[in-house]
Amino acid sequence: MWENIKTFASEFFVTGDPLIYGADVSIALTLVAIVFALTYFKKWQWLWKEWITTVDHKKIGIMYILCSILMLFRGGVDALLMRTQLAMPDMQFLNAEHYNAIFTTHGVIMILFMAMPFMFGLFNIMVPLQIGARDVAFPFLNSLSFWLFFWGAMLFNMSFVIGGSPDAGWLAYPPLSGIDHSPGVGQNFYIWGIQISGIGSLMTGINFVVTILKMRTPGMKLMRMPMFTWSALSSCLTIMLAFPILTVTLAMLFIDRFAGGHFFTLDGGGNPMMYINLIWMWGHPEVYIVVLPAFGVFSEIFATFSKKKLFGYTSMVLAMMSIAIFSFFTWAHHFFTMGSGANVNAFFAVTTMLIAIPTGVKIFNWLFTMYKGKITFETPMLWAISFIPCFVIGGMTGVMLSVAPADFQFHNSYFLIAHFHQVLIGGVVFGFFAGLYYWWPKMFGFRLNERIGKWAFWFWNIGFYVCFMPQYGLGLMGMTRRVNEYDWSQGWDMGWMPLNIVSTVGAFLMGIGFIFQVWQIAYSIKNHKRDVNGDPWNGRTLEWSLPSPAPVYNFATLPKIQEVDSWWEEKERIKAGKPTPQAPLEPIHMPDNSAIPFIQSLFWFIAGFGFVFNWMFFAIPGLIGVAVTMIVRSFQKDEGYYIPVDEIKKTEASTRGAG
Amino acid sequence: MANVNANHHDSHDHHGESHGSVKSYVIGFILSIVLTIIPLVVVLQGWMTGNAAIAVIMITAVLQFLIQMLFFMHLKEEKKPRYNLLALLLALVIVVTVVAGSIWIMMYNTVAH
Amino acid sequence: MAHHTAAQTAHHHSHEEEHESLKTMGFWMFLITDVILFSVLFATFIVLRGNFNGGPGPHELFQMPGVIAETFILLTSSFTCGLALLSLNAGKVKGVIGWLAVTGILGIAFLTLEITEFVHMVHEGATISTSAFLTAFYTLVGTHGLHVTIGIVWMTGLLIQLKRNGLNAKTKRKVNNLSLYWHFLDIIWIFVFSFVYLMGVM
Repeated sequence: MWENIKTFASEFFVTGDPLIYGADVSIALTLVAIVFALTYFKKWQWLWKEWITTVDHKKIGIMYILCSILMLFRGGVDALLMRTQLAMPDMQFLNAEHYNAIFTTHGVIMILFMAMPFMFGLFNIMVPLQIGARDVAFPFLNSLSFWLFFWGAMLFNMSFVIGGSPDAGWLAYPPLSGIDHSPGVGQNFYIWGIQISGIGSLMTGINFVVTILKMRTPGMKLMRMPMFTWSALSSCLTIMLAFPILTVTLAMLFIDRFAGGHFFTLDGGGNPMMYINLIWMWGHPEVYIVVLPAFGVFSEIFATFSKKKLFGYTSMVLAMMSIAIFSFFTWAHHFFTMGSGANVNAFFAVTTMLIAIPTGVKIFNWLFTMYKGKITFETPMLWAISFIPCFVIGGMTGVMLSVAPADFQFHNSYFLIAHFHQVLIGGVVFGFFAGLYYWWPKMFGFRLNERIGKWAFWFWNIGFYVCFMPQYGLGLMGMTRRVNEYDWSQGWDMGWMPLNIVSTVGAFLMGIGFIFQVWQIAYSIKNHKRDVNGDPWNGRTLEWSLPSPAPVYNFATLPKIQEVDSWWEEKERIKAGKPTPQAPLEPIHMPDNSAIPFIQSLFWFIAGFGFVFNWMFFAIPGLIGVAVTMIVRSFQKDEGYYIPVDEIKKTEASTRGAG
Repeated sequence: MANVNANHHDSHDHHGESHGSVKSYVIGFILSIVLTIIPLVVVLQGWMTGNAAIAVIMITAVLQFLIQMLFFMHLKEEKKPRYNLLALLLALVIVVTVVAGSIWIMMYNTVAH
Repeated sequence: MAHHTAAQTAHHHSHEEEHESLKTMGFWMFLITDVILFSVLFATFIVLRGNFNGGPGPHELFQMPGVIAETFILLTSSFTCGLALLSLNAGKVKGVIGWLAVTGILGIAFLTLEITEFVHMVHEGATISTSAFLTAFYTLVGTHGLHVTIGIVWMTGLLIQLKRNGLNAKTKRKVNNLSLYWHFLDIIWIFVFSFVYLMGVM
């Protein structure tokens, strides 16, 4: 009996590496600390009532961003571990197996558990406020999306200490990810972690498409929407059309692993290349899904901090929507070397080059927005300005990669690594940071400290170039991705060492930038000045017409919109003494909180965990739990409640009166 | 209270959802049966083979799709702006891309074969 | 309840109706995602359909009489589901319940035939792990079957709610969405029938 337990434990828990034991201890300590703090400060009820069961889009957004910053930390630590290994390849800091696991989790976490939730967080907080809505179209579903993401991410992250991490790359190409070559549970964690959170993403996509199309305040025609809302619409449409592909592809991989199917196996008539074909049909739109909202953020910031209307509103909208659609026609450029023939490669090379055109249009629009503007350089604007050169270089190297014959040289080299980090960090991460700095006052009612923020900005930016520029060179020198050793003591020197060391230094500079950001947030929470008028940047769009943070119902009366940048114009009218008259207050209908999203997602987690270990006594009850919670929800009345006029008056007086 | 409810019903009749009639459903049903029988007979009786048969199967399937959409799902009756129709058309573009693109890429795959 | 004035009730009703129409649109968007989902399964099936791995192919496996029966049963159920919607528009709750029940029974008949077909095939030795063709076949057809099963469970729950609460904004919206779902499944089946079965035995 004892022996059985010992064998089980040694397989169940990841063992044998001091790093893992360190992680075990720190996870256990953190959990104990959280439980202790919640109990000591009697916050359990607060946590449950105010956060876990909430359907308020603003709170859900904050939870998304909090999780994504934690995930940025984990993914960043993965990156630093890799860079450390590559700076001293002879030290055996990470062995090959460990290195494989770490580059896999780094990629998955950064794209799916950092970028996606960061983006959803910004959507959640800002889209309803920008379009003058009191909530999203389906608040219950919104909460469910968040908790599915949360438990999916938990399942994925758990693999680090239980069972073993996936190690077949961030897209898990078969046959390597098949049962023959990855017999452990790591790949199952990959499939179920992504699958569960992916269902949540899909629902968020639907939710925001309906919200944006149907819940705009009177007078806000589509062509009067703020650009960030446009970017959310294009991104969510792309989610709707792309994420089902991921769901099916992962399900098929699971059928291969679990039921002995032959979709992507080498034997039985399967075709692993079909997986590559399908996963990129999702994977390529996915990068546009995350970068489009960043474009939206930049558009808001350039206009606000140049005190000018956004240049070329219509062309911006067209560019955004055409990028969203075009993203579906370029997927094969990720596998030019697969051997699909010259016609296929030529077609996808051309579509890839074409997509640079609308992107170029946007760059010029932003530049013309700044031209002759009264520019001020607060932190959001710094991030936005630094994005432009970074993204232009990243885009140009992307066009180089799109030349199919040349790609046979670049493919899977560090040139590619440098390219996609440049567009993903320079575009997505800079964009979401800019958005976070820009909207932070709206979320919490105070501004972040500018001085520390500038330190963080410079560390990130200089670190970025120091880290990734050498990698273009390394790629051209022939260094391929996913190697942990290149220079070992046998004496063959590829000459890659110096540039790798420089690159590692850059990575740590970015790490320092992140520490500055954490310090900035902590410092600002302690020493801030309350923002009283709700409009610290002299903003242009509706969210700045509200007190900070916005009351639970957002808008006491729904504003009537007559033009783009309606809040800016309204401020002009107020100055001229002719404000738009407001409708009288009415009771506001709000949705009830619900515990079902949390519970149902927990059941998904249990089911997923069961499938990971092939434990049907977990999986089946989990699935039954999911079904039961759905049925319970269907039979619920869910009528919501009304906020009476008196209470609205009181809230408005207390939030606005102070100013 | 009664008054309010009466008003509410009135207003509902003006902007109720899809309607259709027994007649349109019966026509749709008959058409869909006919369109199922045509390819069935063509294939099972061996009237056509090869590409001709494939063309018949595909055309009747697409017509069936249109009939379900128009007669049963009342796509025509959607009020403006027709977001549902637009979303569907967009999805169909992606569907064609996924299916045709996969076939194209995988069939010309010189490595796999 | 004193503060529940007539005006507020009216407000509530209009709010509720608006919200139900949002949900119908949301459901349509869900169907759009489901269209994409099936298109991937179809694409995979078409790419892998010739890879028998020495196992049985469509000519040996497919028994057309059963498949034809399934097709006509599902077509009829799509029609009866439409009749349920007509009763809904006429405000006849009994008609809705009756036609939905007929639809559900036809759905169960369809599933029974499909399961019989699968069991038969497995007995012949054609399992999901026999060949890529069969993996793709079972996954595609099985996913449709799973959708039908979910539809039947949904229908059962909805019948209970209709019995209990009669027709209101909420149950109306649900019947509406269910009928959209059911017609959608019919469309998918037509493509399964055409691309999998007819082209298989051609």
